[in-house]
Amino acid sequence: MRSPRRLGDRLFSSGALAAGLLILVVLAAVAIFLVAQSLPALTAGGTDLPAGFTSFWSYVLPLVFGTVWAAVLALVIAVPLSLGVALFLSHYAPRRTARALGAVIDLLAAVPSVVFGLWGITVLAPFVQPFYTFLSAAFGWIPLLAGPVSGTGRTILTVAVVLAVMITPIITALTREIFLQTPRLNEEAALALGATRWEMIRIAVLPFGLPGMVSAAMLGLGRALGETMAVAMVLSPSVVVSFFLLRSENPTTIAANIALNFPDSYGSGINVLIATGLALFVLTFVVNAVARAVVGRRGGGKGL
Amino acid sequence: MVLSTPGPALHSGALPRHSALGLFALCLAVTGTLFLLLLLSGITPAYNIAGAVFFGLVLWAATISAVSFLVEGSRRAKDRLVTALVCTSFGVALLPLISLVFTVVTNGIARFDGAFFSESLRNIIGPGGGALHAIVGTLEITLIAALISVPVGLLTAIYLVEYGRGAVARAITFLVDVMTGIPSIVAGLFAFALFQLLTGDPGIRLGFGGSIALSVLMVPIVVRSSEEMLKLVPNELREASLALGVPNWLTVGKVVLPTALAGIVTGVMLAVARVIGETAPLLLIAGYTDSMNYNPFDQRMMTLPVYVYTQYTQPGTDVQPYLERAWTASLTLILIVLALNVIARLIARFFAPKLPH
Amino acid sequence: MSKRITLKDLDAYYGSFRAVEGVTLTIEPRSVTAFIGPSGCGKSTLLRTLNRMHEVVPGARVEGEVLLDGRDLYAPGVDPVLVRRQVGMVFQRPNPFPTMTIRENVLAGVKLNNRRIAKADAEELTERSLRGANLWNEVKDRLNLPANGLSGGQQQRLCIARAIAVQPEVLLMDEPCSALDPISTLAIEDLIEELKQDYTIVIVTHNMQQASRVSDRTAFFNIAGTGTPGRLIEYDDTRVMFSRPSAQATEDYVSGRFG
Repeated sequence: MRSPRRLGDRLFSSGALAAGLLILVVLAAVAIFLVAQSLPALTAGGTDLPAGFTSFWSYVLPLVFGTVWAAVLALVIAVPLSLGVALFLSHYAPRRTARALGAVIDLLAAVPSVVFGLWGITVLAPFVQPFYTFLSAAFGWIPLLAGPVSGTGRTILTVAVVLAVMITPIITALTREIFLQTPRLNEEAALALGATRWEMIRIAVLPFGLPGMVSAAMLGLGRALGETMAVAMVLSPSVVVSFFLLRSENPTTIAANIALNFPDSYGSGINVLIATGLALFVLTFVVNAVARAVVGRRGGGKGL
Repeated sequence: MVLSTPGPALHSGALPRHSALGLFALCLAVTGTLFLLLLLSGITPAYNIAGAVFFGLVLWAATISAVSFLVEGSRRAKDRLVTALVCTSFGVALLPLISLVFTVVTNGIARFDGAFFSESLRNIIGPGGGALHAIVGTLEITLIAALISVPVGLLTAIYLVEYGRGAVARAITFLVDVMTGIPSIVAGLFAFALFQLLTGDPGIRLGFGGSIALSVLMVPIVVRSSEEMLKLVPNELREASLALGVPNWLTVGKVVLPTALAGIVTGVMLAVARVIGETAPLLLIAGYTDSMNYNPFDQRMMTLPVYVYTQYTQPGTDVQPYLERAWTASLTLILIVLALNVIARLIARFFAPKLPH
Repeated sequence: MSKRITLKDLDAYYGSFRAVEGVTLTIEPRSVTAFIGPSGCGKSTLLRTLNRMHEVVPGARVEGEVLLDGRDLYAPGVDPVLVRRQVGMVFQRPNPFPTMTIRENVLAGVKLNNRRIAKADAEELTERSLRGANLWNEVKDRLNLPANGLSGGQQQRLCIARAIAVQPEVLLMDEPCSALDPISTLAIEDLIEELKQDYTIVIVTHNMQQASRVSDRTAFFNIAGTGTPGRLIEYDDTRVMFSRPSAQATEDYVSGRFG
């Protein structure tokens, strides 16, 4: 009956542990490499940077602004839309078709971002341009919408629309799951009180799903922050801080800036781009951490 | 005759049963005609389907709540308005999908021919040529990424579900979370920095670097989905096996894994579908080329997403053939992703064992 | 085959919680011993200490001795895997392996351990085990079909066949009939009666009639309140336990006054 601890067991469990530790090593490597390659950029002077910038920080700040601005705009569009779609799939569509319709929305998530970029620039930008002209003419007194309007439609607002289309399936999928988990009893209690369907949703479903909705939105934000190709293709970029939605001069994002400039960069130019990548990494890390904290407080991170 | 009203009313003013649908059709007809008039008067160059549907939906939301407010009162009107908004948002979410699929198919079909799948772009200026080098690159790079990510991801998931306790498991779970949030371009930068250091070449480009970058993105997805699937295996099966005197590792290997296999394979295929369309990291580390390169460990390697990007952004003097190739490559890419998704779901449906209870 | 089990001052813990305290008893070979008692009294926990399945739960541990024909299962260096090959177990809910056929389920103990077995031997073992579990006649024509096509009662007998195919000395049964209908229950009880010719059987049951029908000896466990450890209250011949028990709590329990 006596035998040492089995060889197979030891090999297998240490193999599994090794794989887990490899992830730790890889992440440490990512951090170390990025930081090491970024250090030269932090002290870079005017000669290492693109023309017109005196220090690394004056270069990266407008990029950070553009990244956050584009992602927030996308979120403003995507969140109400996703909530509507999620509610439609969880509480409005007939039970039997809801699953199939949900799969259709999931198809959006299957489209590669470069195809979204191509679509955004060849279809969406020309399509929305006349609307932009109209918007600026009618509501130009609102500072955000002030002209002169871009003649191509390649503005930050178009980018935000494309990003919104890309993150909508993500936010929808998460919120739909949460809406479906609403305790049946709460819903029936509300209906038994004579509530209409909307009142039931307001009383029972939305309060229950709120933390989940917040974290889904944050995860969508994280995705929008890091999205590269759609922005790089649609936008005609410049490194500026500008809130105007419809003009031809637009702030660009970190990721798009890297993608556009990296192939032609060399030497310290690469270090500068890697340093901006590090800034993006930190930014997404913070956003994702907040999202997880919200979910964590709720006690269950199912499906996230 | 005596009219009696027994207690509070059970009937209130109500719209006929299918009035919402009827109004919807009416509104669509109105905006449809409007856009037809715009087309005929020459204001719009082509019939604007998306515009007609969009404004039809908006008009519908407005009319249904107005009519309901007049007939049924404010509570019901609010309910109708929300219903209309919710249905509208679903319709709005579908519009880009429809437009995108329509555009990709109509533009991509022109060059969806034999040459596209059998030739590279070597020495091609203008029309002709194909994307074979990009397809080969995409398949090689993604396959290598999968070969790296699946063992690492699966073993990590096994560690977390079957062995992991305490601080180490918590740390790994946290790091997998962090890894999930790494933007794809950062993964590309990492791979570039890694190989630049290893080779000392300041402008290093190679396909294998792309595989490394994709692995960084793929591992956390594989860990997550495999973890879910392993957790679905009932504990009773593990106990049944252990009680037969089967050691732990054989229990995991021959009972737990086979039971979760279909789900794990599905998760892996979905993970492949997620990374196969990645462009940014490959643009940085795999680079682009017009020539065939079968060797992922040396020289630049073209991939389909980067092919789409470069065909669009770096056209020759005659733009049209480049644009056509970009669309055809997009169509190919979408078809690949779609096929992976469909196969994954079929596996999940037909090969998953029926678990007790 | 068939061995005597002796427990000496056995405590079972889940983390810092003591679920079972100070159990000392001897289980005779070729007999059926029933563990009865109210929910949470630790009878299932105790059963799982007999083949070292208790420690599968994270944080669970045991103090004291479990002797199988005089050899301590918890002595240092004892391999729990080898213990479990001698002390088989049948669980509350039937749990055949869903990826395997009926035949593969019966041979699971052999096949999962990577042991080679000649085809003729495998046939012989399958038939003997299924006959031993009174299932042969019902499934002999569909040995290659998936096991979850069987009814609940058949699945449970398949699990018994799977357990006896490894030729253990002892068979532990953790409420084996609680998920079954009365007819399937009867079939299992008849089977237990036959199996005790060859095995030492320990069965946990909530069903007093079942305990009185199938067992030779009965052990009654009880707890003073939630959060307190379960203790052995009384252990005697089943007839004595159900007719004139010495402890008041036993009498109250077997007569249905609580639990």
